[in-house]
Amino acid sequence: MVRTHRWFTPWIMVLPALVILCVFALWPAVNTFFLSFTDVRTLSGGKIVGLANYRQLLDDPQLRSALLNTVVYVVVCVPLLTFLPLLIAILAEKPLRGLAIFRTIFYFPVIASAVAVAVIWKFLLDDRGLINGWAQHAGIIQDAVPFLSGRWLLLFSAISLTVWKGLGYYMVLYLSALGNVDPQLHEAAAVDGAGPIRRFWSVTVPGVRRTMVLVAILVMVSAMRIFTELYILGGKTGGVGGQDVSVVFLIQSSAAGADGRLGYASALSVLLFLITLPPMALLARFNRKVDE
Amino acid sequence: MSAEHRIATSSVRRSRRWSTAGRYLLLLLVAAISVGPILWELSTSLKSKAEDVYSQTPSLLPQHPTFDNFSEVARAVPIYHFAGNSVTVAAMQIVGNLLGATAAGYALAKLKFRGRKLIFGLFLSTLVLPAEATIISQFQTIVKLGLGDSLVGVALPGLIGAINVLLLRNAFMAIPEELDQAAIVDGANVWQRFRYIALPNVVGTLAIITILTFIGAWDDFLWPLLVLQSPDKLTLTVGLAYLQGTFVNDPRLVAAGAMIALIPILVIFAVLQRYFFRGVGEGAIKG
Repeated sequence: MVRTHRWFTPWIMVLPALVILCVFALWPAVNTFFLSFTDVRTLSGGKIVGLANYRQLLDDPQLRSALLNTVVYVVVCVPLLTFLPLLIAILAEKPLRGLAIFRTIFYFPVIASAVAVAVIWKFLLDDRGLINGWAQHAGIIQDAVPFLSGRWLLLFSAISLTVWKGLGYYMVLYLSALGNVDPQLHEAAAVDGAGPIRRFWSVTVPGVRRTMVLVAILVMVSAMRIFTELYILGGKTGGVGGQDVSVVFLIQSSAAGADGRLGYASALSVLLFLITLPPMALLARFNRKVDE
Repeated sequence: MSAEHRIATSSVRRSRRWSTAGRYLLLLLVAAISVGPILWELSTSLKSKAEDVYSQTPSLLPQHPTFDNFSEVARAVPIYHFAGNSVTVAAMQIVGNLLGATAAGYALAKLKFRGRKLIFGLFLSTLVLPAEATIISQFQTIVKLGLGDSLVGVALPGLIGAINVLLLRNAFMAIPEELDQAAIVDGANVWQRFRYIALPNVVGTLAIITILTFIGAWDDFLWPLLVLQSPDKLTLTVGLAYLQGTFVNDPRLVAAGAMIALIPILVIFAVLQRYFFRGVGEGAIKG
């Protein structure tokens, strides 16, 4: 191909994006690692302290809770958000009058601000909120269930919000995958007398297996990065006993304030990176295969 | 046609009709789960002081609907000012992405130059980093630049998103090479080819990026929470967290605040959803 532009033209076009990339993505990736070995604060410090931040990580009881919560979050969210959106996508796949409206409505929770819907959840799950009020009125429970103050109940309240908010997003991923499943396979299975449940397991699931793996990885990574749900439902303290926290929650709480401990928050950031690295690497490999 | 066959066909048809009805029922159920909580909050935001929002037999429809809560919440915190701040951040990021990501995406897709592969690899590599893992260093940089506690500081790291550069690169790559060649023969220079051949072919992608950027800026929470302190500079999500966390005990006012954060974005989405679903499908798999 004949070169039809001056040598610097592409660089002019790339430069603004490249500057932002270097200053706000590449440099922070390296710098976070450096900062984790220092006692730097928002407005002061910067002395190298070796592994002191990492030693402190090991003794941080809140971090232990955060890691346990992350495991629970992943274990509960991955199966729920891998299968429920698939079932909804099956409902919303075949043509039907008004389907576009349903799809749009199913996507509302995804678009909605996490803070705003967490505020709604808080109102619904309050000791005097809709759910407790209704259950007490119906005589199912005597005293209010402490959805927002129980150590595990608060975590599961947050999980319920994450699942509710994620259904529509993963449904869309499944919709395009379902479109690629050969409808003749379903017909053949139906002729052979396979019922809907049988066909789900032996036709649909194998047909969208790759997307299921993709969704499971995406859910896993986002469960590891949870923040807003816990911050709004449990407040700045991380629930009554400070145990309803996540790794990102602790990054935020140690860096916040007039003179935040950025060094310690950086060590937590490195930890977050290491936790998410295996699923992220899987995802990258997965995308490369899709591209090929 | 045998009688047996006829019975079989009609039973298939009947079961098909039933399954359509069943599908509608299930779709309605999922729809109720999806918007139920939002509708309940909307109803609460419209309820007057006289109505008990905690009653054990609550009604979804407000008895005496009123917009008072939407003006009263603005007396507690400057919520409409917060919304304006969110729009400001979104506007900066939309302009930044439309200019910067488009130019970079075009150069990476259509222009040959030394280092192109390397630069493409750099953009790609940042996708494996969870955003939350680098915010501390980003925050330090913003403070050092003197942009702490400012809307520019909130907008700057997202001014040109790597994912948008990659999406646009893909969109430009999809334009047939012959179009460019023909334009070169006609004597068009690179800027003319960019403006008159490439851009009109990626309008769909630009629309998607605009919508996604707006939603991202409007809903973002952790980053503005870290950067902003002054009560007059908060974005809407941070202001809403502040409203419900501190001193306002009236759920009607908090509900009004939540609706101010929800209604604009849901309306925008409902209007533009056609472009949107295409974009999300592409973007999520690639990103």
